[in-house]
Amino acid sequence: MFENEEKRFEVRRIKLWGSYKPTRSIDKTLMATPDPSASTDSPPAGQVIDLQSIHKNYDMGSETIHALNGVDCRMEVNEYVAIMGPSGSGKSTLMNIIGCLDRPSTGEYWLAGENVSKLNDKALARVRNRMIGFVFQTFNLLSKSNALQNVETPLLYSGIGRRERRNRALEALERVGLGDRTFHKPSELSGGQRQRVAVARALVNDPAILLADEPTGNLDTRTGEDIMALFEELYSAGQTIILVTHEPEIAVRAKRHIHLRDGEVTEDYLVENG
Amino acid sequence: MSLLESIRIALGAIRGNALRSALTILMIVIGVGCVIIGAAFGSGTQAAVQEQMNTLGTNVLSIWPGQSFGRGGVASSNRVSLTIDDYDALRRDSQFLSAVVPELRSGRQVKFGNKNIYGTVTGTTPNYMAVNNRELTHGRMITQSDLAARRRVAVLGYSIPTSLEFAPTSLLGRDISIGRIIFKVIGVFAEVGSSYGGPSVDDAIYIPLTTARFRVFGSDRLGSLSAEVKENIGVDMAMVDIERVLRREHKIRPGDPNDFTIMNRGVFSDMMQSITSTLSTYIIGILAISLLIGAIGILSIMLVSVTERTREIGVRKALGATRGNILTQFIVEAITLGALGGLFGIILGWLGSEAISSQFDMPLIVEMQTVLIAVAVSVSVGFLAGVWPAYLASRLDPIEALRHD
Repeated sequence: MFENEEKRFEVRRIKLWGSYKPTRSIDKTLMATPDPSASTDSPPAGQVIDLQSIHKNYDMGSETIHALNGVDCRMEVNEYVAIMGPSGSGKSTLMNIIGCLDRPSTGEYWLAGENVSKLNDKALARVRNRMIGFVFQTFNLLSKSNALQNVETPLLYSGIGRRERRNRALEALERVGLGDRTFHKPSELSGGQRQRVAVARALVNDPAILLADEPTGNLDTRTGEDIMALFEELYSAGQTIILVTHEPEIAVRAKRHIHLRDGEVTEDYLVENG
Repeated sequence: MSLLESIRIALGAIRGNALRSALTILMIVIGVGCVIIGAAFGSGTQAAVQEQMNTLGTNVLSIWPGQSFGRGGVASSNRVSLTIDDYDALRRDSQFLSAVVPELRSGRQVKFGNKNIYGTVTGTTPNYMAVNNRELTHGRMITQSDLAARRRVAVLGYSIPTSLEFAPTSLLGRDISIGRIIFKVIGVFAEVGSSYGGPSVDDAIYIPLTTARFRVFGSDRLGSLSAEVKENIGVDMAMVDIERVLRREHKIRPGDPNDFTIMNRGVFSDMMQSITSTLSTYIIGILAISLLIGAIGILSIMLVSVTERTREIGVRKALGATRGNILTQFIVEAITLGALGGLFGIILGWLGSEAISSQFDMPLIVEMQTVLIAVAVSVSVGFLAGVWPAYLASRLDPIEALRHD
């Protein structure tokens, strides 16, 4: 599985330079705009994520790989969920689908009352912009831009005016305790500070979910603790957080654990640590 | 996202790679610069020719000794000559000329005080001034009585007082030595400026024809003749008339070629026009080649940039950038590169034109039209070079792009 992923990655890179036949099969009907009549069975209020038998298949020439094999899962507003599983368990695929970077092959994904599994690219970009705050393991800050500009970026794509953008970005930076580092470039910040900028950027558009992929993976233990404390603070303030990790000591901070293996949910339980 | 924001992001990206960006646009800078200078040269030349035509009029013919330039250059000057006899014959026999002006020319040492210059000395007649449309700033022109008395009087070209480092007014009535003969300065001509198709008249000194013939040069061989065509007479008819008179005077047998050349001054302007238009063709060629190279430069840099910034593209997409946003961002960046190249090229071309103008006393005119075309073309080049890389960038899969390193 892992080897296949590597191979797939190599194949995709060629895409930039020439014609190439997509290896992933995307059902054309899924690209269409959603049918308005389908919204009648929208989920109850308070439910932010509803995954209904999500499948994700990759067509690798001769064989088809089932990265996700019927995942069903619901999450409420202000939950703090850790998605766990070993490499190849499908947790990255699930994260990409939850983060609207990818669409399920079959199944429905309702995010904050909207069926996003059938949206086109442009609509998905809008959903990512408004609903999802990404925090990556490698921070993924724009290296040529300062902290403020980094945090402003999602607002830029929301079409928000200069003044409001600046105010909201400053506010978000204050919130993560970096009010005094506004004009520093990422290279002038420590790892912990960079991740705080990333969190501020994720929060600035007031997203429905904060989606963190191994947020402490590139940090030392103490700085990692600080980031986890920040997450806890945000959770207490009402933020819905989804943490993707394979480290049990990080996952233990979450209130609910979902374990994946071979593309299926094997365990889903609440953690009783308070 | 507004266009302004896109430009701001583009400028940020260009600044982030300042050296590389500068090298990328260098070709466009040089190309546009060359074109601006070339076009300025063309415009300047055209304007100068136009001005000359306006002052001289097209009804003045020049007659030069030797064969037409078209048949392998001027024939040997000791065999061929144009003399004062020819001048007299033309005055006497031609039907269509209202005035004939002889110019008996030779270089001579000119001394004033301890100043010593070398100048063209021209022996001529009073009507020189009217036919050639010259004006005096000081003093008077040579008169018929000067001519009759072979007086040693001189009218100076505009640049002569400057060369002698003496004010024109204080030179009037003073004695200067021309080829060791003392002349009295009686007048100074107004400036003509650069002239095409003849020796610079501002550097010449004018003396009576008779004085030149009998006292200074001891020769009746003319440098050239000017002939003014009568009103309502075609220049072509006048040329035939002159040819008839001179062939008879020179005893040229039928079928033999002329040993003189009649030039319509309009020919100079035609010549300049054709040079200018040839130049324009070259300019367009240079423009096309340099902009093609510039476009390839921008294209390759943008392709590298897209590959290099794959992760950035992924991040931007994750944060909500649509394909359109990414497409716009990269196209705007390429256009900005092109526009910057054009801008610096215009500055380079303008400075270059100024420098050449002042250094070589050539009129170079940078026209607004050229500048606007340069801007439009460089922007278009940026756009064309940016479309494909921008398209590739916009098509990147965010998941793949985020994994890229």
